[in-house]
Amino acid sequence: MAPLLEIKDLHAEISGGRKIIDGMNLTINPGEVHAIMGPNGAGKSTLSYVLSGKPGYEITGGEVIFRGVNLLELSPDERAAQGLFLCFQYPLEIPGVSNMAFLHTAVNSQRRKRGETELTSPELVRKVRELGQTLGINAEMLKRPVNVGFSGGEKKRNETLQMMLLEPYLCVLDEADSGLDIDALKVVSNGVNALRSPERSMLVITHYQRLLDYIVPDVVHVFAAGRIVHTGGKELALELEATGYAQYQNEAA
Amino acid sequence: MAAVQDTVEQVRSIDVDQYKYGFETLIESEKAPKGLSEEVIRYISAKKEEPEWMLQWRLDAYARWLTMQEPEWARVDYPTIDYQDLYYYSQPKQFKAPKSLDEVDPEILKTYAKLGIPLREQEILAGVEIPEGERPRIAVDAVFDSVSVATTFKEELKAAGVIFMPISEALREHPDLVKQYLGSVVPPTDNYFATLNQAVFSDGSFVYIPPGVRCPMELSTYFRINEKNTGQFERTLIIADKGSYVSYLEGCTAPMRDENQLHAAVVELVVLDDAEIKYSTVQNWYPGDAEGKGGIYNFVTKRGDCRGKNSKISWTQVETGSAITWKYPSCVLRGEGSSGEFYSIAISNGRQQVDSGTKMIHLGKNTTSRIISKGISAGRSNNTYRGLVSAHRKAAGARNFTNCDSLLIGDNCGAHTVPYIEAKNPTAQFEHEATTSKISEDMLFYCMQRGLTQEDAVALVVNGFVRDVLQQLPMEFAVEAQKLISISLEGSVG
Ligand SMILES: Nc1ncnc2c1ncn2[C@@H]1O[C@H](COP(=O)(O)OP(=O)(O)OP(=O)(O)O)[C@@H](O)[C@H]1O
Ligand SMILES: [Mg+2]
Repeated sequence: MAPLLEIKDLHAEISGGRKIIDGMNLTINPGEVHAIMGPNGAGKSTLSYVLSGKPGYEITGGEVIFRGVNLLELSPDERAAQGLFLCFQYPLEIPGVSNMAFLHTAVNSQRRKRGETELTSPELVRKVRELGQTLGINAEMLKRPVNVGFSGGEKKRNETLQMMLLEPYLCVLDEADSGLDIDALKVVSNGVNALRSPERSMLVITHYQRLLDYIVPDVVHVFAAGRIVHTGGKELALELEATGYAQYQNEAA
Repeated sequence: MAAVQDTVEQVRSIDVDQYKYGFETLIESEKAPKGLSEEVIRYISAKKEEPEWMLQWRLDAYARWLTMQEPEWARVDYPTIDYQDLYYYSQPKQFKAPKSLDEVDPEILKTYAKLGIPLREQEILAGVEIPEGERPRIAVDAVFDSVSVATTFKEELKAAGVIFMPISEALREHPDLVKQYLGSVVPPTDNYFATLNQAVFSDGSFVYIPPGVRCPMELSTYFRINEKNTGQFERTLIIADKGSYVSYLEGCTAPMRDENQLHAAVVELVVLDDAEIKYSTVQNWYPGDAEGKGGIYNFVTKRGDCRGKNSKISWTQVETGSAITWKYPSCVLRGEGSSGEFYSIAISNGRQQVDSGTKMIHLGKNTTSRIISKGISAGRSNNTYRGLVSAHRKAAGARNFTNCDSLLIGDNCGAHTVPYIEAKNPTAQFEHEATTSKISEDMLFYCMQRGLTQEDAVALVVNGFVRDVLQQLPMEFAVEAQKLISISLEGSVG
């Protein structure tokens, strides 16, 4: 079976600045959930941006193959249509654009790029309402401008809603648990778990074992100084909680 | 039918240019001698077969104009205009006021078809059957260079008692009405460009809505400058008599030319007791090229007089074109309880310069006004909101709410807000809000990560920004305006 994502000896730096990703390797097979843990400033968020094509970074070496194509050659929207979804640590606000209209535009932009038929408004509204219910997002929140005035927890639910609607192949979650209370954590995790399938994979960036109680990973990686320095099973997360990253930071240095 | 439809489709399909209205229509024209003089004014007046008082009115304005100075206070910059190097009148050759659309030069009709103007009768004449209710019902007056070439729906409007015709025709058919109101809102002393217009104006639309009548359809004028070196000086006069209502739309385009062209129009609105005029503009004159070569100088005076009690004027403008825009649609709130509104979207890109806003002059008791202005600057453009809200001594209980938002796209453009507030009555309440924001890379990236192309992402963010104002436009025009906004911002982000 071909891997879903293959990162080979990736090097990336901030345009005109310093190197952040430094010889990173990672293979994710369809259906797998990988967790990435690591100290602040290690470059975890940067990895998610480089994968999704955010401007401002320069790839200085290596390659990334996603579903058989060279991901780094695609624009951010093409990567999205190819099935890459980034759940933002800090979702952006878009004044004046209703949540529902945004979802409609996003879904159909992707479908158009893939040569699929576009969803009609009634189809979309029905689908969004159904998903919204499972996430505790009501009709009023769907009418409001995207993320404007949403609480931290509401923003994360909204990200999860987008993800469930867009049905990507790879979900990259950057600290999906930050700012969530226990109930919201369960709601968001349930949403993510509902998406788990033999074709779909997850890359979960987190600092806390707690999230991994809900989204149980197949593999846990330690990420330090721009690359993966250690890999283990889900029990590695528990170990890290006890020992911290000190030993791995030495390894990386 | 096929021919018209084909042309429309064809033009739509080859529409790759930023400015899609930039073609020229090759028809022969007849011009006044170049330059401005008493003689030229007499020529124009004679062409229009005007009464003596009208000629005198023009000559008075000309004499005054000679003593006036071109205004310099606006934040716009352009080389000195040589007023003697312009043509002040141009009409299609062998022009005779058409009695019906089949007398209109087919080349002109083709132009309007290319522009997608709903000259519905033209299609009906061409044999197209359009079921009732499927097409927007809009009566159109089309002004080509200096003359009005077609007015549709005349008969139906006449049955409702509505007068809608070229102002030159109104001068012949309803001289008393014209004489009573013309120049009563924008006086000859008003400003340099308005006075120039009074001297040389060529044509424009005249509308009168009788008491108690709700105009049965939208009225619309479409302006097109075609000729080289020709100024366009149209004059519009709309009177809403007691208890009446009319919604009026104005659209404009011009061919792409290297030289600048002057457009100095005057619009006067008069609203009597309990009447309302809703005036919407979609201004898309040629803006010049990316380096700032060519384009229209849009120096326009628009003013409405809420003369009657509880009368109302609402200005909505979507300004995307012109090299320079100098324009302040205003309301004189004279009648007790009258109200004025100004909703504006002004977009500047490339080297465009916009200095636009409104004046709300509260004279009567309990008058209210509302200003919502959305300025978007991109490229190397400059966009200024300039507004005045004033309450005179007798304007007890006057209220105003102003909201001015500016959105910047990129680092090389400018946005400025210049509000003037004067309250001579202590009970007046004025509120002013202003924000300036920038379309951030992060916001665009967020949208693109969800699948939107960069251009769709910009359009989405911009549409969100202007939403409050777009909602004020009649439906069909809102859709058109939305398209126009994305076209005019094409290529504005790296
Ligand atoms: N645009 C930027 N300009 C300068 N430095 C940057 C920029 N973006 C990231 N960095 C730096 O790159 C390093 C990696 O940052 P990144 O956000 O990827 O870390 P992280 O592993 O996600 O950390 P955390 O666990 O705190 O979220 C940090 O030192 C950060 O300050
Ligand atoms: Mg981070």
